[in-house]
Amino acid sequence: MTRSIAVIDTGVANIASVQSAFSKLGYETHFAQSDDEVFETNAVILPGVGSFAAGMAALNKLGFARALKLRAESSKATLAVCLGMQLLCESSEESPGVEGLGVLPVSIHRFGEHVRVPHFGWNQVSSPSSFVGEGYAYFANSYRLEKAPYGWEVATCDHGGEFVAAVRHGSVLAAQFHPEISSTFGRHVLETWLEGVKW
Amino acid sequence: MVTKRIIPCLDCKDGRVVKGIQFQGLTDAGSPSELAARYELEGADELVVLDVGATGEIRNIQIQTVRDVRKELSIPLTVGGGVRAVEDIEKLLHAGADKVSMNSAAVVRPELIRESSQAFGAQCTVVAVDTKRFGKKWQVLTKSGTEVQNLDTIDWAKQIEDLGGGEILLTSFDRDGTQQGYDLELLLAVTDAVKIPVIASGGAKVTQDLIHAFEAGADAVLAASMFHYQMTTIGKVKEELRAADIEVRL
Repeated sequence: MTRSIAVIDTGVANIASVQSAFSKLGYETHFAQSDDEVFETNAVILPGVGSFAAGMAALNKLGFARALKLRAESSKATLAVCLGMQLLCESSEESPGVEGLGVLPVSIHRFGEHVRVPHFGWNQVSSPSSFVGEGYAYFANSYRLEKAPYGWEVATCDHGGEFVAAVRHGSVLAAQFHPEISSTFGRHVLETWLEGVKW
Repeated sequence: MVTKRIIPCLDCKDGRVVKGIQFQGLTDAGSPSELAARYELEGADELVVLDVGATGEIRNIQIQTVRDVRKELSIPLTVGGGVRAVEDIEKLLHAGADKVSMNSAAVVRPELIRESSQAFGAQCTVVAVDTKRFGKKWQVLTKSGTEVQNLDTIDWAKQIEDLGGGEILLTSFDRDGTQQGYDLELLLAVTDAVKIPVIASGGAKVTQDLIHAFEAGADAVLAASMFHYQMTTIGKVKEELRAADIEVRL
């Protein structure tokens, strides 16, 4: 039987690209149906486009916020992409007053005034502990995490100053870039995350 | 540093890639999914698929093209042509687009840009601006270049940014398909006026044209004729760009 990964449907993200990327690696994807499933299933993806407030509102409407937080805090295999990574944080300058999941005890801020925003395109990712390796990844973000919290492995990138490209703790991988559309480097990142999934 | 992007564009009509000059005289240039696969292999940074036969609605054949192309690609895909409403954007995202490009409909009803940006994010909201030079100024064109709007291109670019557009795909009607190089004055004027990324389009023939566009402030270049007819390859162009100290993904 083909292994299937639960995707959290936060409204309209580039879900077809996520499906296509995993399908090329021999995995199926389906939408998560319940908070029990979100907590218990083997592997969960939190994709994300749109605003921080809209993303949190969608998670709360689905009733998945608490299950997702507990899951990530228990280091169960979870992949958070772009806005998904930001939703794991406490808050964002994009949507003041909106509470994030708080798995990462940090806040998200907008890029500085002196660079083009959104930060669009391929940029070099480097990780000292080589958990995602090095390569060019595709980014599309206006907000970013400046510094990784203590206890998380970190990969960095530069756009008018260093920022966090990805963090990992146990089987939880959060990437600011889009591995699903980052060609061979992205495929490598997805494969690395899949190695940590217990089926 | 974020690298400069090379974006091949597939103008599609009835499921085939076509290419014309100044938006006219379309000739067949191949199958969308075959060209898409070849371009990714050659090192394309993104792909744009525009339905030039769009009749003001998202047609099933266009959706099928997007699905076919998505299966081949693991780089970002921007889709445009006939986008009028939030529902159209949703359909294209579901079919496999990562970004959606809007054009005439946004000129008629600029709020479409805000609606898209709020629903799907600025990173998904690309606004295509077709423009024609009139002396020292440029005016916006709509309906595949057939209608001149009483709208200054620089003012429109600023408005797009204010409404939440994430990127401007700037096509010079005067240069489209002519292979005379990009309109650099236009590029300088628009990239000075906005902070969001600008994709230069219309007129590329040789790598030097791309270098000039990047120097004029473009973040990415769109090219069709240059690659469709295999005058050169994306890989070769990128090596030439790197030799000219322009940072690219290789």
